[in-house]
Amino acid sequence: MIEVDRLGRTFKVRGTVVHAVRDLSFAVEAGEFVGCLGPNGAGKSTTIKMLTGILAPTSGRLRVAGLDPSRRRMALARMIGVVFGQRTTLWWDLPLKDSFELVRLLYKVDRRVFRRRLDELCSLLELGDFLATPVRQLSLGQRMRGDIAAALLHDPPILVLDEPTIGLDVVSKAGVRDFLRRLNAEHGTTILLTTHDLGDIEQLCRRVMLIDHGRLAFDGTVAGLRAVVPGEASIEEAVTHLYLSSRRSPRTHPHRPAPDPPSVTA
Amino acid sequence: MRLIGYGFRRHATYWAAAAAGAFTNTVFGVLRAYVLIALWQARPGLGGYEVVDAVTFCFLTQAYIGPMQVFGGGLDLPQRIRTGDVALDLVRPASLQLWCLSEDLGRAAYLFVARSVPPALVGALLFGIVLPAGPATWAAFMVSFVLGVVVSFGWRYLVALATCWVIDDRGLSVLSTILTTFFSGLMLPLVIFPGWLGTLARSLPWAAMVQVPADVYLGKTSVAGALAFQTFWAAALLGAGALATAAARRKVVIQGG
Repeated sequence: MIEVDRLGRTFKVRGTVVHAVRDLSFAVEAGEFVGCLGPNGAGKSTTIKMLTGILAPTSGRLRVAGLDPSRRRMALARMIGVVFGQRTTLWWDLPLKDSFELVRLLYKVDRRVFRRRLDELCSLLELGDFLATPVRQLSLGQRMRGDIAAALLHDPPILVLDEPTIGLDVVSKAGVRDFLRRLNAEHGTTILLTTHDLGDIEQLCRRVMLIDHGRLAFDGTVAGLRAVVPGEASIEEAVTHLYLSSRRSPRTHPHRPAPDPPSVTA
Repeated sequence: MRLIGYGFRRHATYWAAAAAGAFTNTVFGVLRAYVLIALWQARPGLGGYEVVDAVTFCFLTQAYIGPMQVFGGGLDLPQRIRTGDVALDLVRPASLQLWCLSEDLGRAAYLFVARSVPPALVGALLFGIVLPAGPATWAAFMVSFVLGVVVSFGWRYLVALATCWVIDDRGLSVLSTILTTFFSGLMLPLVIFPGWLGTLARSLPWAAMVQVPADVYLGKTSVAGALAFQTFWAAALLGAGALATAAARRKVVIQGG
């Protein structure tokens, strides 16, 4: 579903070239549930932006659902759903259901299909109580569920989420996780998510990728991630170990150990 | 079309702001009317206008401020670029520019009702204003008015998109406001400017927002010429906007996360 081959993206910041992503290669098969970790500024969000066609890569090859994202943006939009935890696609001043209706028009979803799909999403995500509420009056947890529903109304085979559980309370988080797990298991949707919440990784993802300094520092199972540190390590210890070791290593980051500039932080 | 409706409803949420805007536009309309009356009593026939034309021009142009967004702004885009929310707009299967245009037309339609009609009515009651010669002039005026909104959008979209390159849009907005208030004819009718300054001012895109629709209303210009002039600038600015959108996609650093 997703093929990334020697992908690179540089930014020019005040004359110096910053490598937000360099030489990144991985593949995601249909039906996988992949979690993407990495310290702030590691290049996760930049990678997501390239996968979704928002940013064009400066080097390398990229295919999502067989399409080159930055060139086939319109076609790709129908194949992927995108959720940015810190942003919203919903229309601030309008009731939630109006945002859904706009999404329907935008993606040209047939009215009957749309009704069925919306009913399904409403019951799974428990949106019924606040469908008529203007988005600006929703709580973060409600808004996030609304955003997830909006990203899935056109029934995309791939769902990409950038920090979908950020700022959510335990109950809301569990609700979102539960929904994503079912979506992946029952619907076969391929899911790629980035997060700083290791609970998301442990509870949801069969596969973990750790991106640091724009490269892949780890790719494997959660158990494999724990095994990076000898003994009975927790996932926190393993991740801390990987983050710190790459920061110390002069080989992976020859120029300066400072994080990427604010414009490309994850 | 549906999106225009949503734009209308979105802005209709803020009826208090619109009411306050309408009140301000009306009060300033009265003040401007007296200034223009003084000017035209001193120099009758200046620029081909009589006193009543000048007063009509004054209230018409006050009525444009809302829909044409003469003082700039009206778009969410700079804010969305600054915060990075534009990333999501770029994921949608729609042209960013056409999307913004539809929403802006909805905004303009609402503000036409809320902020254009009141000052025009008050002006008519207090001073008496000229009405268009007949249905044909009314129709031409409405077309010219919509074209004016499109030209205004074309310009504001370019200013908004420039946020991609300048990090913060405030300086540009101020510059845009000054250019628009002066060269649109809002400050003083462009017809009174002599020589090359007048010629220049009347051929720039800003004239298509305020001066030209007003002249169509007053019947002071050839309708075909006026509409062609506006169509030209609408096409030129929308074209430039489309190119700038494509360039932004390549270059832009989407800010924050």
